[in-house]
Amino acid sequence: MSYLRSSFRHPHAQKNKLGYTQANYEGALSTLCAGCGHDSISNSIINACFELSLEPHKIAKMSGIGCSSKTPAYFLSNSHGFNSVHGRMPSVTTGANMGNRDLTYIGVSGDGDTASIGMGQFMHLVRRNLNMVYIVMNNGVYGLTKGQDSATADLGSASKKGVPNMYEPMDLCELAISLGSGYVARSFSGDKDQLVPLIKGAIKHNGFALIDCISPCVTFNNNPQSTKSYEWVRDHKEATGKFDLVPEAAEIQVQNPNELTESIQLHDGTTLNLHRQPDSLDITCRESVLSALEEAKQNQQVLTGLLHLNTNSKDTHDIINTSSKPLNQMSESELCPGSDILESINASLR
Amino acid sequence: MKPTDIKNPEYFHKVVDCQYACPAHTPVPEYIRLIAAGRYDDAYMINWESNVFPGILGRVCDRPCEPACRRGRVEEEPVAICRLKRVAADNKSEIKDRLPEIAPKNGKKIALVGAGPASLTVARDLAPLGYEIELFDEQDIGGGFMRSQIPSFRLPIEVLEEEVNYILDMGVAAHFKHYVDSLKSLVDNQEYDAIFVGSGAPNGRDLANLPGRKEGDANIDLGINWLDSVAFGHTKSIGKKVIVLGGGNTAMDCCRTSKRLGGDDVRVVVRSPKATMKASPWEIEDAENEDIPIYENHVPHEFVVENGKLVGMKFEKVRAEYDENGKRSLVPTGEDLVYMECDHVLIAIGQDNAFPWIERDIGIEFGKWDMPVVDEVTFQSTNERVFFGGDAAFGPSNIITAVAHGHQAAVSIHQFCSGNSVTKRLDPQVNLVSQKMGFHEWTYDNEIDHDKRHLVPHVDKEIALKNLKLEVEKGFDQELGYQEAMRCLNCDVQTVFTDNLCIECDACTDICPTNCINFIDNGEEDDLRGRLLEPADDRSQDLYVSGELKTNRVMVKDENVCLHCGLCAERCPTAAWDMQKFTYSVTKAGTECA
Ligand SMILES: Cc1cc2nc3c(=O)[nH]c(=O)nc-3n(C[C@H](O)[C@H](O)[C@H](O)COP(=O)(O)OP(=O)(O)OC[C@H]3O[C@@H](n4cnc5c(N)ncnc54)[C@H](O)[C@@H]3O)c2cc1C
Ligand SMILES: Cc1ncc(C[n+]2csc(CCOP(=O)(O)OP(=O)(O)O)c2C)c(N)n1
Ligand code: SF4
Ligand code: SF4
Ligand code: SF4
Ligand SMILES: [Mg+2]
Repeated sequence: MSYLRSSFRHPHAQKNKLGYTQANYEGALSTLCAGCGHDSISNSIINACFELSLEPHKIAKMSGIGCSSKTPAYFLSNSHGFNSVHGRMPSVTTGANMGNRDLTYIGVSGDGDTASIGMGQFMHLVRRNLNMVYIVMNNGVYGLTKGQDSATADLGSASKKGVPNMYEPMDLCELAISLGSGYVARSFSGDKDQLVPLIKGAIKHNGFALIDCISPCVTFNNNPQSTKSYEWVRDHKEATGKFDLVPEAAEIQVQNPNELTESIQLHDGTTLNLHRQPDSLDITCRESVLSALEEAKQNQQVLTGLLHLNTNSKDTHDIINTSSKPLNQMSESELCPGSDILESINASLR
Repeated sequence: MKPTDIKNPEYFHKVVDCQYACPAHTPVPEYIRLIAAGRYDDAYMINWESNVFPGILGRVCDRPCEPACRRGRVEEEPVAICRLKRVAADNKSEIKDRLPEIAPKNGKKIALVGAGPASLTVARDLAPLGYEIELFDEQDIGGGFMRSQIPSFRLPIEVLEEEVNYILDMGVAAHFKHYVDSLKSLVDNQEYDAIFVGSGAPNGRDLANLPGRKEGDANIDLGINWLDSVAFGHTKSIGKKVIVLGGGNTAMDCCRTSKRLGGDDVRVVVRSPKATMKASPWEIEDAENEDIPIYENHVPHEFVVENGKLVGMKFEKVRAEYDENGKRSLVPTGEDLVYMECDHVLIAIGQDNAFPWIERDIGIEFGKWDMPVVDEVTFQSTNERVFFGGDAAFGPSNIITAVAHGHQAAVSIHQFCSGNSVTKRLDPQVNLVSQKMGFHEWTYDNEIDHDKRHLVPHVDKEIALKNLKLEVEKGFDQELGYQEAMRCLNCDVQTVFTDNLCIECDACTDICPTNCINFIDNGEEDDLRGRLLEPADDRSQDLYVSGELKTNRVMVKDENVCLHCGLCAERCPTAAWDMQKFTYSVTKAGTECA
């Protein structure tokens, strides 16, 4: 019986800049259903953090409730983490980020956790542009509670129970774009070649970064009538373009003469090279992206890849002008400068 | 690459590294699991079927399986396969009732020359089929070199006799103390339907031209002659200072035996660097543990004899140099000759075949180095009634190779005596059986032990060195045997992939501890090897490539460090992966009649 995973790893496993192997970024053995898309996303997170040579102790993984929200147990066991209440990951992460802005926050949520119970928190989180990666493992159902349709289930799509969904779906990407998020992407758990770079870009982006990742629930929503099944998504997905991060790109790639390449500078100096067809979408333009998303939907297509990028957006700390030194590194006298100072602040507001 | 043909019996066979490397293709993981289950008799019999001498080989096998063992690539050291075999032999109960029944005589008669492992294996395979076997050996007891060369502190006589007797008791007519001085006499004797030559490679190399060799002769011996004389009780002591020349296993046996016969200052002197010595690493280690120093890069220069008595040896110091083709030459360093005192020298610098008793006009062609021309598959010589095997066929090797030859020669002899072509041989029998019993449940125990290789306990050195017959290794007890058995990765439980069931969810790739599984665009082998998740530069290990999947990619698995843990199959939602036990049995004489 195997509830254990051998501790042996590839003897010549590749090492990153810190000298770590992938094993340093792994978590416990997953207890999700065999074939669940969420496991692939967990692994993509492992790959992304490994490839970016992030120090595990400088990452915090945040989640709510759901099969998806269980996954932080299955990656980055050397990192910080907080498994919060259903739909409340945004507020907990906001608090954590306010306390220590130096960590990389990777939030993991489900379509239920985000688009139903957590919707109120989610929208405000986007508006405030909290510096974090927010991954929605989107399977169109509440997997953990046995497969009820969620708010992202497409109209007419049917899960294993066979009853077509009667309501309009919520498009989390459109929502995030309209609420001002500077990094919005859609991907598919079954396409790591696309997903891993997207996660890496999201980690590098300063501000709120959303990845709405379609992640089939093999147990309740992987039937042919479902638009969140492996097969349907594979048959209907269309990518906006590709990109690579320059310090990470292993070698200079041969330029495809039919492609346009745009280089965009991220705040930490990394360059993001966007490659796309000349007549394809300009993802830096909000309006065209929103209409492209609508158009794709009408054509029964799922538009994937980086959908919107705006590197000039200000994150919460910039907006409210907080100290660059994380609060948790300040001394008591810095945090609590005394009643004289309070008095003078109050006086200045009278 | 083209999809892998897993129907080819050799594909999965190669994945079972140990079994593939074993000349007799012993189903190693199967017997290791039986040991873990405490089923020692069953484990013993599986061995006996394949290698005939489990108790012997469990002590002294050259173990080509161990350097091949996958565990040695995953961590530092391979499974102690050889010593586990001994656990089966040490703990078995009476197994005589499991030995094959002897069929009524079939009217065919075979002569065997030599009673070493090669001949005994032929007897073991043919006697049960009803053949009348006549065995000739000049020694007064069976076992060949296993009896005359391998010291009893490595291989106790009782163990040897038990396994030799299983075969002799099959009604073999053994003529000991019978030197065959003419093969022609056997060939001309029409009573013999076939003759098998398993006479070994009995000639030790000498240093006949080295100055002082003749004068010092009284205290200079050829290693194998000397070991023989010790084994049969003719030699009971040796001088205090002993020099053993040579770096092979014979030298290791000579020096360790000398220590037990009174040698005080026993040293091994080799021409070449120690790193290139031919002896097995564990034999070198055992000699060094008995405080026997090894002097490398010393080329014998002369025997120093004073007043008609050997008093020492002189050596020239050299260093190894390699030319651009990697060819080595030993170049003198120009230093003064090194003088070492000694009372006795044992020359253990190699063996040769010698066939003075084989006439050259009986249809047996001799080729290079005056060796008989023998077919590598059928072991038939150019005289169709005469077969060769063991060291006699292709020069000195080891016991397990002699056994493998014996099995194949027996197949040929049986074909020949049945009027069939000896080249008509059945393929090995293979089978694949799913090991799934239920959710998270397999018929094999995939929770392996992660410990380092366990050491075999030894007898106290002081005690061991006082007693020539006392076996140095105590062997694993049942508990240690169990722990060591659990280190085995079960490489015969194969990962079998069915491409049309795969939905490309990546679950297997994600779970695989050693990142063996890839879903990528197809390409030529070199290209694929360079694009896998982990480097796949060990070209001796195959890539398992599927047919094209729905996304036009293929599944490529690097077999190299697969742990056979079964997690890929457990995480697969569609059972595209399954764990299937692969069995591979070499065709034995008699199978083709069935
Ligand atoms: C010192 C030493 C240590 C060794 N240790 C090991 C070890 O630890 N592990 C291992 O695997 N291998 C070891 N070997 C090698 C191994 O012993 C041989 O490879 C193996 O025994 C060969 O088997 P065989 O059947 O071909 O012949 P042998 O075992 O050599 O048997 C041949 C027999 O034929 C007899 N014979 C020869 N000519 C005639 C004739 N004309 N008439 C009658 N009888 C004849 C000989 O007396 C002998 O008994 C060792 C060898 C030596 C020399
Ligand atoms: C406050 C609260 N309400 C309801 C629940 C029950 N509940 C647990 S998980 C879940 C939905 C999870 O769906 P989703 O976020 O899509 O995760 P999935 O399991 O599909 O990955 C619900 C409703 C709860 N745990 N807490
Ligand atoms: S119920 Fe669905 S979402 Fe939950 S673990 Fe199983 S497959 Fe994944
Ligand atoms: S791990 Fe076990 S099955 Fe695999 S090669 Fe080693 S002994 Fe053989
Ligand atoms: S059995 Fe499967 S999961 Fe385990 S190591 Fe081999 S390929 Fe990987
Ligand atoms: Mg869900």
